[in-house]
Amino acid sequence: MYRFRQWSVTNSRRLEAVYRNFEPLLIRLHPVLKLLGYGRLEKPVRVIEQAVKGLMFDCQMCGKCALSSTGMSCPMNCPKSIRNGPCGGVRLNGHCEVIPEMRCVWVEAWRGSQQMRDGQAIQQVQIPVNHLLKGSSSWLRVVRHEFAAHEGEKNQ
Amino acid sequence: MTGAQFEPGPGSPLPPQEGHASRGRLERVLRSGKFAVTAELAPPDSALAADVYERARMFDGYVDGMNATDGSGAHCHMSSVAMCALLTNIGYSPVLQISCRDKNRIAIQGDVLGAAAMGVSNVLCLSGDGVQVGDHPEAKPVFDLDSMSLLETIRIMRDESRFLSGRPITSPPEMFLGAAENPSAPPFDMRPHRLAKKIAAGAQFIQTQYVFDIEHLRQFMARSRDLGLLEKVFILPGVGPLASARTALWIRNNVPGIHIPDAIIKRLEGASEPKQEGRRICVELIQQISEIEGVSGVHIMAYRQEEAVGEIVQQSGVLDGRVPWYPGCELQSNSA
Repeated sequence: MYRFRQWSVTNSRRLEAVYRNFEPLLIRLHPVLKLLGYGRLEKPVRVIEQAVKGLMFDCQMCGKCALSSTGMSCPMNCPKSIRNGPCGGVRLNGHCEVIPEMRCVWVEAWRGSQQMRDGQAIQQVQIPVNHLLKGSSSWLRVVRHEFAAHEGEKNQ
Repeated sequence: MTGAQFEPGPGSPLPPQEGHASRGRLERVLRSGKFAVTAELAPPDSALAADVYERARMFDGYVDGMNATDGSGAHCHMSSVAMCALLTNIGYSPVLQISCRDKNRIAIQGDVLGAAAMGVSNVLCLSGDGVQVGDHPEAKPVFDLDSMSLLETIRIMRDESRFLSGRPITSPPEMFLGAAENPSAPPFDMRPHRLAKKIAAGAQFIQTQYVFDIEHLRQFMARSRDLGLLEKVFILPGVGPLASARTALWIRNNVPGIHIPDAIIKRLEGASEPKQEGRRICVELIQQISEIEGVSGVHIMAYRQEEAVGEIVQQSGVLDGRVPWYPGCELQSNSA
Protein backbone atom coordinates (compact mmCIF):
# COMPACT_ATOMS: atom_id res chain seq x y z
CA MET A 1 0.00 0.00 0.00
CA TYR A 2 1.42 3.34 -1.10
CA ARG A 3 0.94 5.13 2.23
CA PHE A 4 2.49 2.31 4.24
CA ARG A 5 5.34 2.23 1.78
CA GLN A 6 6.05 5.90 2.41
CA TRP A 7 5.79 5.37 6.16
CA SER A 8 8.45 2.65 5.91
CA VAL A 9 10.85 5.03 4.17
CA THR A 10 10.17 7.76 6.72
CA ASN A 11 10.93 5.24 9.47
CA SER A 12 13.84 3.61 7.67
CA ARG A 13 16.19 4.01 10.65
CA ARG A 14 13.78 2.29 13.01
CA LEU A 15 13.15 -0.53 10.54
CA GLU A 16 16.89 -0.92 10.05
CA ALA A 17 17.19 -1.48 13.81
CA VAL A 18 14.36 -4.04 13.71
CA TYR A 19 16.11 -5.91 10.88
CA ARG A 20 19.38 -5.79 12.79
CA ASN A 21 17.77 -7.66 15.69
CA PHE A 22 15.57 -9.87 13.58
CA GLU A 23 18.34 -11.30 11.44
CA PRO A 24 20.58 -12.74 14.24
CA LEU A 25 17.46 -14.17 15.85
CA LEU A 26 16.57 -16.01 12.66
CA ILE A 27 20.15 -17.18 12.24
CA ARG A 28 20.10 -18.57 15.78
CA LEU A 29 16.95 -20.45 14.83
CA HIS A 30 18.83 -22.22 12.03
CA PRO A 31 19.10 -25.61 13.83
CA VAL A 32 15.35 -25.60 14.47
CA LEU A 33 14.60 -24.50 10.90
CA LYS A 34 16.92 -27.20 9.60
CA LEU A 35 15.19 -29.80 11.72
CA LEU A 36 11.79 -28.75 10.42
CA GLY A 37 13.22 -28.76 6.90
CA TYR A 38 13.81 -25.65 4.78
CA GLY A 39 11.91 -27.19 1.89
CA ARG A 40 8.82 -27.73 4.03
CA LEU A 41 9.10 -24.23 5.53
CA GLU A 42 9.44 -22.44 2.19
CA LYS A 43 5.72 -22.14 1.52
CA PRO A 44 4.44 -20.95 4.93
CA VAL A 45 7.38 -18.55 5.39
CA ARG A 46 6.86 -17.21 1.89
CA VAL A 47 3.21 -16.52 2.68
CA ILE A 48 4.09 -14.65 5.89
CA GLU A 49 6.95 -12.75 4.23
CA GLN A 50 4.76 -11.73 1.33
CA ALA A 51 2.00 -10.52 3.66
CA VAL A 52 4.31 -8.50 5.92
CA LYS A 53 6.60 -7.06 3.26
CA GLY A 54 3.74 -6.63 0.81
CA LEU A 55 1.91 -4.46 3.29
CA MET A 56 4.92 -2.44 4.39
CA PHE A 57 6.95 -2.08 1.19
CA ASP A 58 4.70 -3.21 -1.68
CA CYS A 59 7.22 -6.06 -1.91
CA GLN A 60 7.19 -7.87 -5.26
CA MET A 61 8.96 -11.00 -3.92
CA CYS A 62 11.95 -10.73 -6.23
CA GLY A 63 13.74 -13.18 -3.95
CA LYS A 64 16.78 -10.95 -3.49
CA CYS A 65 15.76 -8.34 -0.95
CA ALA A 66 17.73 -5.10 -1.23
CA LEU A 67 15.72 -2.98 1.23
CA SER A 68 18.63 -2.42 3.60
CA SER A 69 20.64 -0.90 0.73
CA THR A 70 17.77 1.10 -0.71
CA GLY A 71 16.53 3.17 2.22
CA MET A 72 13.65 0.71 2.79
CA SER A 73 12.16 1.70 -0.59
CA CYS A 74 11.61 -1.43 -2.69
CA PRO A 75 13.33 -0.96 -6.10
CA MET A 76 11.02 -3.48 -7.75
CA ASN A 77 8.27 -0.86 -7.60
CA CYS A 78 10.22 1.16 -10.17
CA PRO A 79 8.33 0.68 -13.47
CA LYS A 80 11.70 0.04 -15.13
CA SER A 81 12.78 -2.34 -12.28
CA ILE A 82 15.94 -0.27 -11.88
CA ARG A 83 18.03 -1.77 -9.06
CA ASN A 84 20.60 1.03 -9.21
CA GLY A 85 18.55 4.16 -9.64
CA PRO A 86 17.32 6.77 -10.06
CA CYS A 87 17.16 7.12 -13.84
CA GLY A 88 17.49 10.48 -15.55
CA GLY A 89 13.77 10.89 -16.06
CA VAL A 90 12.81 11.93 -12.54
CA ARG A 91 10.42 14.89 -12.65
CA LEU A 92 11.37 18.15 -10.94
CA ASN A 93 8.81 17.41 -8.20
CA GLY A 94 10.55 14.10 -7.49
CA HIS A 95 7.88 11.99 -9.15
CA CYS A 96 8.24 9.08 -11.57
CA GLU A 97 8.40 9.71 -15.33
CA VAL A 98 6.29 6.64 -16.08
CA ILE A 99 3.73 6.97 -13.26
CA PRO A 100 3.45 10.75 -12.67
CA GLU A 101 1.32 10.41 -9.52
CA MET A 102 3.92 8.21 -7.77
CA ARG A 103 7.07 9.50 -6.09
CA CYS A 104 10.20 8.04 -7.69
CA VAL A 105 11.15 4.98 -5.64
CA TRP A 106 14.80 6.05 -5.88
CA VAL A 107 14.14 9.59 -4.66
CA GLU A 108 12.50 7.81 -1.74
CA ALA A 109 15.42 5.40 -1.45
CA TRP A 110 17.83 8.32 -1.16
CA ARG A 111 15.60 9.92 1.50
CA GLY A 112 15.42 6.69 3.49
CA SER A 113 19.10 5.86 3.22
CA GLN A 114 20.13 9.32 4.43
CA GLN A 115 18.57 8.53 7.80
CA MET A 116 19.99 5.04 8.18
CA ARG A 117 23.09 4.08 10.16
CA ASP A 118 24.38 2.18 7.15
CA GLY A 119 23.09 4.65 4.56
CA GLN A 120 26.31 4.17 2.57
CA ALA A 121 24.98 0.80 1.45
CA ILE A 122 23.09 2.57 -1.34
CA GLN A 123 26.47 3.05 -3.06
CA GLN A 124 26.91 -0.71 -3.60
CA VAL A 125 26.29 -1.77 -7.19
CA GLN A 126 23.38 -4.21 -7.12
CA ILE A 127 23.85 -7.16 -9.46
CA PRO A 128 20.99 -8.11 -11.80
CA VAL A 129 18.06 -9.94 -10.27
CA ASN A 130 18.18 -13.72 -10.45
CA HIS A 131 14.79 -14.47 -11.97
CA LEU A 132 14.95 -18.07 -10.76
CA LEU A 133 14.49 -16.74 -7.22
CA LYS A 134 11.32 -14.80 -8.01
CA GLY A 135 8.52 -15.68 -5.59
CA SER A 136 10.78 -17.42 -3.06
CA SER A 137 11.49 -16.41 0.53
CA SER A 138 14.38 -14.01 0.88
CA TRP A 139 14.41 -14.47 4.67
CA LEU A 140 15.10 -18.21 4.56
CA ARG A 141 17.80 -17.71 1.97
CA VAL A 142 19.52 -15.09 4.13
CA VAL A 143 19.41 -17.35 7.19
CA ARG A 144 20.89 -20.30 5.36
CA HIS A 145 23.51 -18.14 3.68
CA GLU A 146 24.50 -16.22 6.82
CA PHE A 147 24.65 -19.36 8.91
CA ALA A 148 26.95 -21.01 6.39
CA ALA A 149 29.16 -17.89 6.32
CA HIS A 150 29.17 -17.80 10.12
CA GLU A 151 30.20 -21.47 10.33
CA GLY A 152 32.84 -20.91 7.67
CA GLU A 153 34.39 -18.14 9.75
CA LYS A 154 34.39 -20.31 12.87
CA ASN A 155 36.15 -23.16 11.06
CA GLN A 156 38.94 -20.93 9.78
CA MET B 1 41.85 -9.26 -37.78
CA THR B 2 43.70 -12.54 -38.09
CA GLY B 3 46.03 -13.56 -40.89
CA ALA B 4 47.24 -11.41 -43.74
CA GLN B 5 44.31 -11.95 -46.08
CA PHE B 6 42.76 -8.60 -45.15
CA GLU B 7 44.27 -5.26 -46.05
CA PRO B 8 43.66 -2.82 -43.18
CA GLY B 9 40.71 -0.68 -44.24
CA PRO B 10 39.50 2.62 -42.78
CA GLY B 11 37.39 0.70 -40.30
CA SER B 12 40.26 -1.39 -38.93
CA PRO B 13 40.99 -0.94 -35.24
CA LEU B 14 43.92 1.31 -34.33
CA PRO B 15 47.03 -0.40 -32.96
CA PRO B 16 46.69 -1.21 -29.24
CA GLN B 17 47.96 1.51 -26.95
CA GLU B 18 49.03 1.44 -23.30
CA GLY B 19 46.36 2.67 -20.90
CA HIS B 20 43.58 2.46 -23.48
CA ALA B 21 40.62 0.10 -23.16
CA SER B 22 39.63 0.32 -26.81
CA ARG B 23 41.25 0.67 -30.19
CA GLY B 24 38.91 3.43 -31.31
CA ARG B 25 39.49 7.08 -32.08
CA LEU B 26 37.20 8.64 -29.49
CA GLU B 27 39.17 7.28 -26.54
CA ARG B 28 42.44 8.44 -28.15
CA VAL B 29 41.13 11.99 -28.51
CA LEU B 30 39.90 12.12 -24.92
CA ARG B 31 43.03 10.59 -23.40
CA SER B 32 45.24 12.98 -25.33
CA GLY B 33 43.49 15.82 -23.49
CA LYS B 34 41.79 17.35 -26.51
CA PHE B 35 38.32 18.84 -26.18
CA ALA B 36 36.08 16.23 -27.80
CA VAL B 37 32.80 16.69 -29.63
CA THR B 38 30.25 13.93 -30.07
CA ALA B 39 26.83 14.17 -31.69
CA GLU B 40 23.67 12.16 -31.71
CA LEU B 41 22.85 10.51 -35.00
CA ALA B 42 19.15 9.98 -35.64
CA PRO B 43 18.56 6.47 -37.01
CA PRO B 44 16.54 6.18 -40.21
CA ASP B 45 13.19 4.44 -40.53
CA SER B 46 14.45 2.58 -43.56
CA ALA B 47 16.48 -0.46 -44.55
CA LEU B 48 18.91 1.63 -46.59
CA ALA B 49 22.59 1.94 -45.65
CA ALA B 50 22.84 5.12 -47.75
CA ASP B 51 20.42 6.83 -45.35
CA VAL B 52 22.83 6.20 -42.48
CA TYR B 53 25.84 7.48 -44.42
CA GLU B 54 23.97 10.57 -45.58
CA ARG B 55 23.11 11.50 -41.99
CA ALA B 56 26.65 10.83 -40.79
CA ARG B 57 28.22 12.97 -43.52
CA MET B 58 26.53 16.07 -42.10
CA PHE B 59 28.92 15.88 -39.14
CA ASP B 60 32.11 15.41 -41.21
CA GLY B 61 35.02 17.37 -39.79
CA TYR B 62 33.17 18.46 -36.64
CA VAL B 63 32.75 15.43 -34.41
CA ASP B 64 35.00 12.78 -32.85
CA GLY B 65 32.21 10.31 -32.35
CA MET B 66 28.55 9.87 -33.13
CA ASN B 67 25.98 8.11 -31.03
CA ALA B 68 23.68 5.73 -32.86
CA THR B 69 20.62 5.80 -30.64
CA ASP B 70 18.89 2.58 -29.62
CA GLY B 71 15.17 3.03 -30.03
CA SER B 72 15.32 6.44 -28.35
CA GLY B 73 12.08 7.67 -26.88
CA ALA B 74 10.96 4.03 -27.17
CA HIS B 75 10.34 4.51 -30.89
CA CYS B 76 11.29 1.86 -33.40
CA HIS B 77 14.11 2.73 -35.85
CA MET B 78 17.12 1.00 -37.45
CA SER B 79 19.11 -0.78 -34.73
CA SER B 80 22.14 0.82 -33.13
CA VAL B 81 24.31 -2.27 -33.71
CA ALA B 82 23.60 -2.21 -37.44
CA MET B 83 24.20 1.52 -37.74
CA CYS B 84 27.47 1.24 -35.84
CA ALA B 85 28.60 -1.64 -38.06
CA LEU B 86 27.87 0.41 -41.19
CA LEU B 87 29.60 3.50 -39.81
CA THR B 88 32.65 1.61 -38.53
CA ASN B 89 33.03 0.01 -41.92
CA ILE B 90 34.04 3.32 -43.49
CA GLY B 91 36.12 4.47 -40.54
CA TYR B 92 33.78 6.51 -38.36
CA SER B 93 33.97 6.12 -34.59
CA PRO B 94 30.35 5.51 -33.57
CA VAL B 95 29.09 5.05 -30.04
CA LEU B 96 26.86 2.01 -29.69
CA GLN B 97 23.91 2.78 -27.45
CA ILE B 98 22.36 -0.08 -25.52
CA SER B 99 19.06 0.38 -23.76
CA CYS B 100 17.93 -2.23 -21.25
CA ARG B 101 14.31 -1.78 -22.24
CA ASP B 102 14.21 -4.14 -25.21
CA LYS B 103 16.72 -6.90 -24.60
CA ASN B 104 17.64 -9.31 -21.83
CA ARG B 105 21.16 -10.22 -20.72
CA ILE B 106 21.51 -13.01 -23.26
CA ALA B 107 20.71 -10.75 -26.23
CA ILE B 108 22.75 -7.82 -24.92
CA GLN B 109 25.95 -9.80 -24.35
CA GLY B 110 25.63 -11.32 -27.81
CA ASP B 111 25.22 -7.86 -29.33
CA VAL B 112 28.31 -6.58 -27.51
CA LEU B 113 30.43 -9.40 -28.96
CA GLY B 114 28.97 -8.88 -32.41
CA ALA B 115 29.49 -5.12 -32.35
CA ALA B 116 33.08 -5.50 -31.14
CA ALA B 117 33.74 -8.06 -33.87
CA MET B 118 32.67 -5.45 -36.41
CA GLY B 119 35.10 -2.94 -34.91
CA VAL B 120 32.77 -0.92 -32.70
CA SER B 121 34.87 0.53 -29.88
CA ASN B 122 32.52 2.66 -27.79
CA VAL B 123 29.35 1.78 -25.94
CA LEU B 124 26.93 3.91 -23.96
CA CYS B 125 24.98 1.97 -21.34
CA LEU B 126 21.44 3.21 -20.73
CA SER B 127 18.41 2.01 -18.83
CA GLY B 128 16.17 3.42 -21.55
CA ASP B 129 12.86 5.24 -21.68
CA GLY B 130 9.71 3.41 -20.66
CA VAL B 131 7.71 1.81 -23.49
CA GLN B 132 4.68 3.98 -22.78
CA VAL B 133 6.28 7.10 -24.32
CA GLY B 134 6.99 5.37 -27.63
CA ASP B 135 5.13 4.23 -30.71
CA HIS B 136 4.57 0.71 -29.32
CA PRO B 137 3.20 1.36 -25.81
CA GLU B 138 1.72 -2.15 -25.84
CA ALA B 139 5.19 -3.74 -26.01
CA LYS B 140 6.66 -5.77 -23.15
CA PRO B 141 9.25 -3.76 -21.21
CA VAL B 142 12.23 -6.04 -20.56
CA PHE B 143 14.57 -4.21 -18.13
CA ASP B 144 16.39 -7.41 -17.19
CA LEU B 145 19.48 -5.27 -16.44
CA ASP B 146 19.73 -1.58 -15.59
CA SER B 147 22.33 0.92 -16.81
CA MET B 148 24.55 0.15 -13.83
CA SER B 149 24.50 -3.64 -14.10
CA LEU B 150 24.86 -3.30 -17.88
CA LEU B 151 28.10 -1.35 -17.35
CA GLU B 152 29.35 -3.98 -14.97
CA THR B 153 28.37 -6.77 -17.36
CA ILE B 154 30.40 -5.33 -20.25
CA ARG B 155 33.30 -4.54 -17.93
CA ILE B 156 33.32 -8.17 -16.80
CA MET B 157 33.18 -9.36 -20.42
CA ARG B 158 36.08 -7.08 -21.36
CA ASP B 159 38.34 -7.36 -18.31
CA GLU B 160 37.60 -10.89 -17.11
CA SER B 161 36.89 -12.49 -20.50
CA ARG B 162 33.71 -14.14 -19.34
CA PHE B 163 29.96 -13.86 -19.65
CA LEU B 164 27.81 -13.05 -16.61
CA SER B 165 27.20 -16.78 -16.37
CA GLY B 166 30.93 -17.34 -15.91
CA ARG B 167 31.39 -19.11 -19.24
CA PRO B 168 34.69 -17.95 -20.82
CA ILE B 169 34.97 -15.61 -23.80
CA THR B 170 37.92 -16.53 -26.01
CA SER B 171 38.51 -13.02 -27.36
CA PRO B 172 37.06 -10.24 -25.21
CA PRO B 173 35.38 -7.08 -26.57
CA GLU B 174 37.73 -4.08 -26.40
CA MET B 175 35.19 -1.42 -25.50
CA PHE B 176 35.44 2.12 -24.17
CA LEU B 177 32.62 2.20 -21.62
CA GLY B 178 30.21 5.09 -21.30
CA ALA B 179 27.17 5.98 -19.25
CA ALA B 180 24.66 8.78 -18.93
CA GLU B 181 23.89 11.10 -16.05
CA ASN B 182 21.44 13.93 -15.55
CA PRO B 183 22.67 16.88 -13.46
CA SER B 184 19.24 18.51 -13.80
CA ALA B 185 17.09 15.79 -12.25
CA PRO B 186 16.30 15.17 -8.57
CA PRO B 187 17.62 14.09 -6.15
CA PHE B 188 20.32 16.66 -6.94
CA ASP B 189 22.54 15.80 -3.99
CA MET B 190 22.55 12.14 -4.98
CA ARG B 191 23.63 12.67 -8.60
CA PRO B 192 27.39 12.99 -7.96
CA HIS B 193 27.22 9.90 -5.74
CA ARG B 194 25.46 8.04 -8.51
CA LEU B 195 28.25 9.12 -10.84
CA ALA B 196 30.71 7.54 -8.38
CA LYS B 197 28.67 4.35 -8.50
CA LYS B 198 28.72 4.33 -12.31
CA ILE B 199 32.49 4.76 -12.27
CA ALA B 200 32.75 1.87 -9.83
CA ALA B 201 30.64 -0.20 -12.23
CA GLY B 202 33.01 0.57 -15.10
CA ALA B 203 32.09 3.93 -16.69
CA GLN B 204 35.02 5.67 -18.39
CA PHE B 205 33.10 8.45 -20.10
CA ILE B 206 29.80 10.20 -19.39
CA GLN B 207 27.43 11.87 -21.83
CA THR B 208 24.79 13.80 -19.93
CA GLN B 209 21.18 14.62 -20.62
CA TYR B 210 20.57 18.12 -22.10
CA VAL B 211 22.00 20.85 -19.90
CA PHE B 212 20.14 24.14 -20.23
CA ASP B 213 20.62 25.26 -16.65
CA ILE B 214 24.35 25.86 -16.39
CA GLU B 215 24.15 26.28 -12.60
CA HIS B 216 22.95 22.68 -12.22
CA LEU B 217 26.00 21.52 -14.16
CA ARG B 218 28.41 23.76 -12.23
CA GLN B 219 27.16 22.36 -8.94
CA PHE B 220 27.25 18.80 -10.22
CA MET B 221 30.83 19.22 -11.42
CA ALA B 222 31.99 20.92 -8.23
CA ARG B 223 30.53 18.15 -6.07
CA SER B 224 32.02 15.50 -8.35
CA ARG B 225 35.40 17.19 -8.01
CA ASP B 226 35.05 17.14 -4.21
CA LEU B 227 34.39 13.41 -4.41
CA GLY B 228 37.57 12.98 -6.47
CA LEU B 229 35.70 11.71 -9.53
CA LEU B 230 36.92 14.08 -12.23
CA GLU B 231 40.27 12.32 -12.70
CA LYS B 232 38.52 9.00 -13.17
CA VAL B 233 36.09 9.81 -15.96
CA PHE B 234 35.66 11.99 -19.05
CA ILE B 235 32.52 14.12 -18.84
CA LEU B 236 30.75 15.37 -21.96
CA PRO B 237 27.70 17.46 -21.03
CA GLY B 238 24.76 17.26 -23.43
CA VAL B 239 23.58 20.30 -25.37
CA GLY B 240 21.26 21.02 -28.28
CA PRO B 241 19.56 23.83 -30.18
CA LEU B 242 15.91 24.57 -29.41
CA ALA B 243 13.82 25.43 -32.49
CA SER B 244 11.36 27.84 -30.81
CA ALA B 245 9.80 28.87 -27.51
CA ARG B 246 6.89 26.56 -28.27
CA THR B 247 9.18 23.57 -28.76
CA ALA B 248 11.03 24.45 -25.56
CA LEU B 249 7.80 24.64 -23.58
CA TRP B 250 6.59 21.38 -25.06
CA ILE B 251 9.83 19.65 -24.12
CA ARG B 252 9.77 21.10 -20.64
CA ASN B 253 6.22 19.92 -20.04
CA ASN B 254 6.37 16.56 -21.78
CA VAL B 255 9.87 15.15 -21.61
CA PRO B 256 10.74 14.26 -18.02
CA GLY B 257 14.31 14.98 -17.03
CA ILE B 258 14.88 17.99 -19.28
CA HIS B 259 14.87 21.24 -17.38
CA ILE B 260 14.71 24.46 -19.43
CA PRO B 261 14.93 27.68 -17.38
CA ASP B 262 12.44 30.51 -18.00
CA ALA B 263 15.24 32.83 -19.12
CA ILE B 264 15.92 30.66 -22.17
CA ILE B 265 12.25 30.46 -23.09
CA LYS B 266 11.96 34.27 -22.79
CA ARG B 267 14.95 34.73 -25.07
CA LEU B 268 13.37 32.48 -27.69
CA GLU B 269 10.04 34.26 -27.38
CA GLY B 270 11.65 37.66 -27.90
CA ALA B 271 13.72 36.62 -30.90
CA SER B 272 12.75 37.60 -34.44
CA GLU B 273 14.39 34.41 -35.73
CA PRO B 274 13.86 31.87 -32.95
CA LYS B 275 15.66 29.04 -34.75
CA GLN B 276 18.82 31.14 -35.10
CA GLU B 277 18.46 32.30 -31.49
CA GLY B 278 18.19 28.68 -30.37
CA ARG B 279 21.46 27.89 -32.10
CA ARG B 280 23.11 30.97 -30.59
CA ILE B 281 22.02 29.86 -27.12
CA CYS B 282 23.51 26.44 -27.84
CA VAL B 283 26.82 28.01 -28.94
CA GLU B 284 26.93 30.12 -25.76
CA LEU B 285 26.16 27.09 -23.60
CA ILE B 286 28.99 25.12 -25.23
CA GLN B 287 31.39 27.98 -24.56
CA GLN B 288 30.31 28.26 -20.93
CA ILE B 289 30.46 24.49 -20.46
CA SER B 290 33.95 24.25 -21.96
CA GLU B 291 35.24 26.55 -19.24
CA ILE B 292 33.99 24.42 -16.36
CA GLU B 293 36.75 22.48 -14.61
CA GLY B 294 36.73 18.79 -15.44
CA VAL B 295 34.70 18.97 -18.64
CA SER B 296 36.30 16.93 -21.45
CA GLY B 297 33.98 17.75 -24.32
CA VAL B 298 30.36 18.19 -25.33
CA HIS B 299 27.69 15.90 -26.67
CA ILE B 300 25.39 17.61 -29.17
CA MET B 301 21.85 16.33 -29.57
CA ALA B 302 20.42 18.43 -32.39
CA TYR B 303 17.16 16.59 -32.88
CA ARG B 304 15.77 17.50 -36.34
CA GLN B 305 18.47 20.13 -36.70
CA GLU B 306 21.40 17.84 -37.44
CA GLU B 307 22.45 20.10 -40.31
CA ALA B 308 23.21 22.84 -37.74
CA VAL B 309 25.80 20.81 -35.79
CA GLY B 310 28.76 21.89 -37.95
CA GLU B 311 27.87 25.56 -37.71
CA ILE B 312 27.34 25.33 -33.94
CA VAL B 313 30.67 23.59 -33.36
CA GLN B 314 32.47 26.06 -35.60
CA GLN B 315 30.98 29.12 -33.93
CA SER B 316 31.71 27.79 -30.45
CA GLY B 317 35.41 27.58 -31.33
CA VAL B 318 35.94 24.61 -29.00
CA LEU B 319 37.82 22.55 -31.59
CA ASP B 320 40.43 25.30 -31.74
CA GLY B 321 41.18 24.68 -35.41
CA ARG B 322 41.36 20.89 -35.00
CA VAL B 323 39.56 18.88 -37.69
CA PRO B 324 38.32 15.49 -36.41
CA TRP B 325 38.90 12.55 -38.75
CA TYR B 326 36.28 11.78 -41.40
CA PRO B 327 36.28 9.48 -44.42
CA GLY B 328 38.38 11.09 -47.13
CA CYS B 329 39.91 13.77 -44.91
CA GLU B 330 43.42 12.61 -45.86
CA LEU B 331 42.66 13.40 -49.52
CA GLN B 332 41.31 16.82 -48.56
CA SER B 333 44.45 17.77 -46.63
CA ASN B 334 46.71 16.47 -49.47
CA SER B 335 45.00 18.54 -52.12
CA ALA B 336 44.96 21.65 -49.96
